Amino acid sequence: MKRYSDLEYLRLSKGQKFLYKLASFFAAIPRGLWNLVLGIGRFFKDLGLGIGREFSDIYLTFKNGDWKTRSSFLVMGFGSIARGQVLRGLLFLLFEIVFIFYMVVPHGGAYWVKMLGSLGLEGPSKGYDEILDQYTLVPHDNSFRILLYGVLTLFFIAAFIYTWRANVRQNKIAEEILRTGKPLRSGKDDLRSLVDDNFHKTLLALPLTGILVFTVMPIIFMILVAFTNYDGDHNGYTNALFGWVGFENFRTMFSWDVGGVNYAATFGEILTWTLIWAFFATFTNYFLGIFVAMMINKKGIHLKKVWRTILILTIAIPQFISLLYVSKMFDLNGLVNGGLKALGLIQQNIDFWGTPKLARIMVIVINIWIGIPYLMLIATGILMNIPADLYESSRIDGASGWKQFTKITLPYMLFITGPYLLTSFTSNMNNFNVIYLLTGGRPTNAAASGAAGSVGYTDLLITWLFKITTGSGTKYYLASVVGILVFLVVALISLVVYNLLPSVKNEEDFQ
Amino acid sequence: MSNNNTAAIEREKRHMGLKASARISNTIIYILLIAISIVWLIPFVCIVLQSFRMESTGRVGYVIPQVWGLGNYRKLFDPSTNFLRWYLNTFIIALVVAVVQTVIVLCMSYTLSRFRFKMRKPLMQFMLILGMFPGMLAMIILYRVLDDLHLTGQYGNAVPGLILVYVASSGMGYYVSKGFFDTIPKTLDEAARVDGANRAQVLYKIILTLAKPIVIYTILTAFMGPWGDFVFARYVSQVIPQAMNVAVGLQSWLATDTMVHDNYTLFCAGGVVVAVPVAILFMCLQRYYVEGVTGGAVKG
Repeated sequence: MKRYSDLEYLRLSKGQKFLYKLASFFAAIPRGLWNLVLGIGRFFKDLGLGIGREFSDIYLTFKNGDWKTRSSFLVMGFGSIARGQVLRGLLFLLFEIVFIFYMVVPHGGAYWVKMLGSLGLEGPSKGYDEILDQYTLVPHDNSFRILLYGVLTLFFIAAFIYTWRANVRQNKIAEEILRTGKPLRSGKDDLRSLVDDNFHKTLLALPLTGILVFTVMPIIFMILVAFTNYDGDHNGYTNALFGWVGFENFRTMFSWDVGGVNYAATFGEILTWTLIWAFFATFTNYFLGIFVAMMINKKGIHLKKVWRTILILTIAIPQFISLLYVSKMFDLNGLVNGGLKALGLIQQNIDFWGTPKLARIMVIVINIWIGIPYLMLIATGILMNIPADLYESSRIDGASGWKQFTKITLPYMLFITGPYLLTSFTSNMNNFNVIYLLTGGRPTNAAASGAAGSVGYTDLLITWLFKITTGSGTKYYLASVVGILVFLVVALISLVVYNLLPSVKNEEDFQ
Repeated sequence: MSNNNTAAIEREKRHMGLKASARISNTIIYILLIAISIVWLIPFVCIVLQSFRMESTGRVGYVIPQVWGLGNYRKLFDPSTNFLRWYLNTFIIALVVAVVQTVIVLCMSYTLSRFRFKMRKPLMQFMLILGMFPGMLAMIILYRVLDDLHLTGQYGNAVPGLILVYVASSGMGYYVSKGFFDTIPKTLDEAARVDGANRAQVLYKIILTLAKPIVIYTILTAFMGPWGDFVFARYVSQVIPQAMNVAVGLQSWLATDTMVHDNYTLFCAGGVVVAVPVAILFMCLQRYYVEGVTGGAVKG
């Protein structure tokens, strides 16, 4: 690839600049990959060195420490208590007691970790029920719980190791402070620092716990599920256990023929439509939103507030009401067909949701109805920030309205809203509500419906994921694979676009 | 001289022309705006009108009812439909979520805006990556966990479970309010710190008084979220009648074609009852919403 110098680059036209950037991005991929490999190598080297340093530090703390420090290696917090930092010490001790208790108790941590390798040994067996006078399945091991609590226990063990290390470090620090003759921080000081120097820890404790338990943990769990055969027929408890299957599910997803079902084609088809949808949903809203905002804000247009309020109604009214209602309006025997018939415009009812192409166009059009108001608000805010003298001087130079739009308004908007466009593209890829409430994925795609969940022509990956996990024939492992693939696509797009954006912003600029 | 004159006349003509063209373009814009307004209003007008239709319950090809009446609304509040229960469920959820989520979001965004600590950047990048996973993926397991804790619709009440799900991860949505906090000058904090206030006092006494718009924005969006949520509510409530929220409930009325035939006008009435209070609240506070939305987009 030809490389331009800065001066040559500046002389290129807009389109050439963009192509050049695009080409240089892809040209940089091999080097980027190589850097990634190097980076990973460096990471592990640093990690190894870091661990080595930690161990030597722990060893030195033990060797040079007094008896209080040394006993802290076994009884956490002992040193702190012995040196008068009772609060800290008690917390350490309490954590150790809870941890040991949890690990050794029957069906406690040790059990879950031990079972993690197999996800359960004994499946449900047939047992005779005297009351019902019939054989029923008696569950034993529970694969789901084993996976869940196994992962949780691993988290807990990591937390314990971290705390133990902190406990050792505390002793070293305390010894050093005492050697210099200064007093140690008391429990009161510790508490006070929670609203002062360490206030950020206090503030973050609750939100981060929530994210850890309700987002991070489930995501790790679901990534693991992609490597099992967890589905409706192997729910891990009442009907059959599930176990590890390695990369089998990914192989299924990328196979042309699994039991007569072409998963690869189904996935490809849905992904293509998802990208088409996200593209149109984002850019139609974007440009039409700007257009509407400019109309409303034009000098000499009255009743600005009225127009704005009417548009905002779609934001104010919960989406599911408007979407469900509009969906029914366009049904085969809905209002729209009735109205068109009454006006004599059509003889036959139009099957808006029954024809693949029409249904796809309809969801994009109705999404415009939903989306323009947001863009109108955003664009209004930004348009007001464009310096008015830019327009003044360009008009004196004889620029037409259209020229002003393409040379001033649009570049300014694109520059400022670049990151917003990216996030709105990716969130449109995952726009469950609009698709599910409007069409539910209809019309059914007969060719693809052999795959899990009845696949339709307007299904996005995210609604497909939902269908796989609800109703009959749930295949959680497949849903996990789809989820992971959605993540990869979104991450890839974000990476590419961020590298092409003109405004990679430094957040400190705003402060 | 004459040259000058013709130039002046030319200019005058052009001015007139500009005026005329401005008038034409304004007229076109008015026509477009009126057309847009009609398109935007039609569904809402239709839903209100059809909620008063008495002669039939299904879908018909006309909008204006032949027999007007409040029958649908009366039926809505009849114990035979679960609507009142759904409404109450959603209202309680929305209220609790509005309070707790606001606290969490403000904690998160204030910290990330004001404090510089070692893990700050990695934390923000980590959450960015976390946000790229479809949230629905987590729902499958959360459902099972909530089920183990007896917090799903199977046990008759999905309200606590849903509150937990909505609130727990709300820390991830800190972007908009962080952007707002970033605009409050740091010198204010420093001045207060010099005067002997600790960090907590800076937050309560200075920042929060200045951050009123963003606090209201956060409360408003947090309150409106549960009214429109469909996916999580469906998972957690398991479509058990008394455990649903309004979205899942009203959708269940239109699940099949026969149900549409029986419940269409009832759905319209339900939609109106849900939408009117929320919309009024939104319209009253829209100034803050607009501020938040535009600020959020500009700061990315």
